[in-house]
Amino acid sequence: MSDSPAPDDVRGSAAISRAEVAHLAMLSRLALSEEELDRFAGQLDVIIGSVARVSEVAADDIPPTSHALPMTNVMRGDQVRPGLTQQEALSGAPAAELGRFRVPRILDEER
Amino acid sequence: MGTDLVRLSAAETAAAVAAGEISAVETTQAHLDRIAAVDERVHAFLHVDTDGALAAARAVDQRRAAGEPLGPLAGVPLALKDIVTMKGVPTTCGSRILEGWRPPYDATVTRRLREAGVVVLGKTNMDEFAMGSSTEHSAYGPTHNPWDLTRIPGGSGGGSAAAVAAFEAPLAIGTDTGGSIRQPAAVTGTVGVKPTYGGVSRFGLVALASSLDQAGPCARTVLDAALLHSVIAGHDPLDSTSIDAPVPDVVAAARTREVRGMRIGVVKQFGGEGYQPGVLQRFREAGALLEELGAEVVEVDCPHFDYALPAYYLILPSECSSNLARFDGMRYGLRVGDDGTRSAEEVMALTREAGFGAETKRRIIIGTYALSSGYYDAYYGQAQKVRTLIARDFAAAFAQVDVLMSPTTPTTAFPLGERVDDPMAMYLADLCTIPSNLAGNASMSVPCGLSPDDGLPVGLQFIAPPMADDRLYRVGGAVEAAYAERWGHLLIDEAPEL
Repeated sequence: MSDSPAPDDVRGSAAISRAEVAHLAMLSRLALSEEELDRFAGQLDVIIGSVARVSEVAADDIPPTSHALPMTNVMRGDQVRPGLTQQEALSGAPAAELGRFRVPRILDEER
Repeated sequence: MGTDLVRLSAAETAAAVAAGEISAVETTQAHLDRIAAVDERVHAFLHVDTDGALAAARAVDQRRAAGEPLGPLAGVPLALKDIVTMKGVPTTCGSRILEGWRPPYDATVTRRLREAGVVVLGKTNMDEFAMGSSTEHSAYGPTHNPWDLTRIPGGSGGGSAAAVAAFEAPLAIGTDTGGSIRQPAAVTGTVGVKPTYGGVSRFGLVALASSLDQAGPCARTVLDAALLHSVIAGHDPLDSTSIDAPVPDVVAAARTREVRGMRIGVVKQFGGEGYQPGVLQRFREAGALLEELGAEVVEVDCPHFDYALPAYYLILPSECSSNLARFDGMRYGLRVGDDGTRSAEEVMALTREAGFGAETKRRIIIGTYALSSGYYDAYYGQAQKVRTLIARDFAAAFAQVDVLMSPTTPTTAFPLGERVDDPMAMYLADLCTIPSNLAGNASMSVPCGLSPDDGLPVGLQFIAPPMADDRLYRVGGAVEAAYAERWGHLLIDEAPEL
């Protein structure tokens, strides 16, 4: 345990920087405020510094487990079954038009 | 009469309804009245479905009048965690991003409850998308612990546990990804069970971490939990991770009340630093009680359990960051900033910024980090290997013993506000409950007394191998009966009047 880093105390050895948090927020589609970036950077550094302990475990020859149950390829018959109606599927939509979800533009405007 | 009805167990209520001694409408109305009287202070419910509940109760009464057979919980009121979809009834997951959303379909759990004649009173409060141990991460304000309104009711399913503890419902549904059924049960003096992973269908549960999430029963007695377990469990073709095998007979097991010859392992890794002395004292006394009842209690070593918490806080955020990507303001829920000039991506980022709370954002960012190409092997990949080692620790332990026992959570209910800005301190509440989620085991929390430190409830956790859920009910039922004999009543009967 003595070889664990102490990221809080050592300036510059942070597990995660404010700039990294800003980049991850962009990848996560979260428009974080400046205040949140300040606050989260410190908190995430503590959390990531702590969970990094998993690297202490010698596990080179251990297979990963993604799931507790030993199941693979659960199949079902290719049968038609009732689903939601168009009205039901659109019932929670923030905006709908002509029986479809209306969304903001996804392409740049033509120049 | 109303007060008496709310103090009946689910089993007693169902028997009284079946015998025609009370109507389903009467007991439902009594619980709605109780909610009206106390929930302003407890805040267990986010939505009370008065009309739907009374209609469901009337249907049960009509079936009985017509001489039709009733299920074992027909007419019994229940509180449903707000992460389980119910057609036409608001489902928010404690988040602004789903405010006002009414699902167009029932979860399989909801469908089974309806078919069994269980009366759903409403939806209960929770930490946003089930991330937290206090309900303080709910966008709609925290739930208060009925034992002490200034303290947390546990989380994420604090609303479900508090509803049961405050006699607002004899039964509730919770979901447990890292302890969200068991830790709230522990701190509210109630019973909570996380079934074997795959034992209860996840169809219609809003997903947090798909490989860990499991719905289960909250109740005031072990038998009531077993009755609810048997109603909601079983194979569901709509969930490909649902186990296609018979459900263990948990109701019979709950009635056995016999542990003679049972081998019980105390996990060496759970105890010591960070645990309240009063919690450890009640835990040691529970071990002595089990020995008195004829069980053999031995210590077992699970060396990798020390790494369960860090592995969990890599695996959970990773799955969460992926699952919560669906909340993008396009097909349902909140949409912010759609003024005709902004792109879809900008609207998504503004919507998620406005719709998610701080803890949800933190976990999404950690998950995105852990799954990044440069860090994947060191973090997520390594956490998955630790998961294998934890499952092997369990397998070795269950070669020696029938069930494991530990405190459910290291402390009693802490004060509201104490840990809300200290994520790591909050995460420690899940120390003892997380290994079961990582390995898919069945686990239960039952009350084992009040802590001499602060007079608040202490929870005792039992862990069984996957698909051996009946062992939990056998040992839990025996412990509950022994305490009831010793105390002359259930622990929950000591809860203060609200």
